[in-house]
Amino acid sequence: MSKPKIAFYWAGSCGGCEVAVVDLGEKIYDVVDAFDIVFWPVAIDTKYDDIRNLEDGEIEVCFFNGCIRNEENEEIARLLRQKSKVMIAFGSCSHLGGIPGLGNLSSRDETLDYVYRKTPVFGNEDGTMPCTTCVKDGNTIDLPALRTEVSALDDVVDVDYYIPGCPPPLPVIEGAVAALMSGELPRKGAVLSTEKTVCDECDKEKRKKMVGKARRIYDDDVDTSLCLLEQGIPCMGPATRGGCKAACPSANMPCTGCMGPPPASQEQGSRMVTAITSLIAVENEREATAEEVAEALASLRDPVGFFYMYSLPTSFLKRRYNDE
Amino acid sequence: MTEESFEPKIVGFLCNWCSYAGADLAGTSRTKYKPNVRVIRVMCSGRVDPLFVLKAFEKGADGVLIAGCHPGDCHYMSGNYKTRRRMELMRRMLEQFGINPERLRLEWVSAAEGARFAHVVNDMTEKIRELGPSPINGGATDE
Ligand code: SF4
Ligand code: SF4
Ligand code: FES
Repeated sequence: MSKPKIAFYWAGSCGGCEVAVVDLGEKIYDVVDAFDIVFWPVAIDTKYDDIRNLEDGEIEVCFFNGCIRNEENEEIARLLRQKSKVMIAFGSCSHLGGIPGLGNLSSRDETLDYVYRKTPVFGNEDGTMPCTTCVKDGNTIDLPALRTEVSALDDVVDVDYYIPGCPPPLPVIEGAVAALMSGELPRKGAVLSTEKTVCDECDKEKRKKMVGKARRIYDDDVDTSLCLLEQGIPCMGPATRGGCKAACPSANMPCTGCMGPPPASQEQGSRMVTAITSLIAVENEREATAEEVAEALASLRDPVGFFYMYSLPTSFLKRRYNDE
Repeated sequence: MTEESFEPKIVGFLCNWCSYAGADLAGTSRTKYKPNVRVIRVMCSGRVDPLFVLKAFEKGADGVLIAGCHPGDCHYMSGNYKTRRRMELMRRMLEQFGINPERLRLEWVSAAEGARFAHVVNDMTEKIRELGPSPINGGATDE
């Protein structure tokens, strides 16, 4: 009997998710024993046609990492969806849009203009810009176009499960792989990690204390035994699902929110507004003017960029607008 | 939608103890004011989760008004201070999203200020009318 087939794919991603799979170490042999890897561009030599030639639903599970940034990402997502029984969004980019999702704060033209014309280290005297068709020696080559927006995987295809994280932490991957191999899977649409928040998993001492303004982690009087947020250091712990065992705060770095919103919350930014404004306030607020309140909060830099670092395309507002 | 036919849709969250009573007073005093605010009564302005604001915009509101008790008067002591902090941060974030922060407004309206409530509603309606429809959901994008 032939083994069930699995596939791995990277769309708009950095490659970190691929490394996370390799981090399984010798456990990857269990996977190889149980499954036949039919497609994995980073590791084995397979072509898109190998996938096109399969029957619909012939792949048992597809692990799809990376966001949908260009037309090729979208085309292959649709193809793999058609050929796979179970489609898994692997990592923050396919789950929520990921860091590339912050690209939705700029238009496509602004992005191209910056990258190809304005980046100081990029020598492009002729002003060559990417195009979707090119003729070389009489042959026409078609290239995928950049989409106007970055999307998460479930914006273009139906997704069965999500493995969160940037990249997904090893225990989370192991748990998901074990669930898949045993066939004991939760309800469709589940995020395969814990229901707790990062704060629940963080062992820093919480004292429910307020501070006058936000600070940065490199300020020298940070007490690393205490909750970072309560010292005014923006930390996404309360607005983020756990499963990583609070990896970043444990190393005295604030959580940036890669595991996405916790189960009880629909999006990270609004949750974080509530959390952080419960902690940062001017003294003697009763007498304070609106300007003083604003000044205390102005110490918090780039709230959209920080609160939605991994989830902008799946947040309520999704992108930047033009409201003159 | 043409300029003349645009009627701003504003979602108004009013706290039970002051602003909702203020709106009631405007009504019982038969004060005329614009019909553009859809009122949602909440127990305290502090009950307004920032998520409600985003959800209102996502569902097509052109503006969101939050009205609560004056500083020092919140029935729950500090709900309105929390609201002031939250909404200040929300307005900054709206700006980053390219949305005019004037679309989100926080006002203090006491139970005795029926006329003030009417003034706030009229003023906000006219300001939003000038801004035009919200760009979220089908509105102008930059491409
Ligand atoms: S806010 Fe950050 S530092 Fe504080 S408990 Fe949560 S995860 Fe830990
Ligand atoms: S602490 Fe936060 S940023 Fe770090 S791995 Fe966990 S969820 Fe991701
Ligand atoms: S009860 Fe009115 S603002 Fe809190």
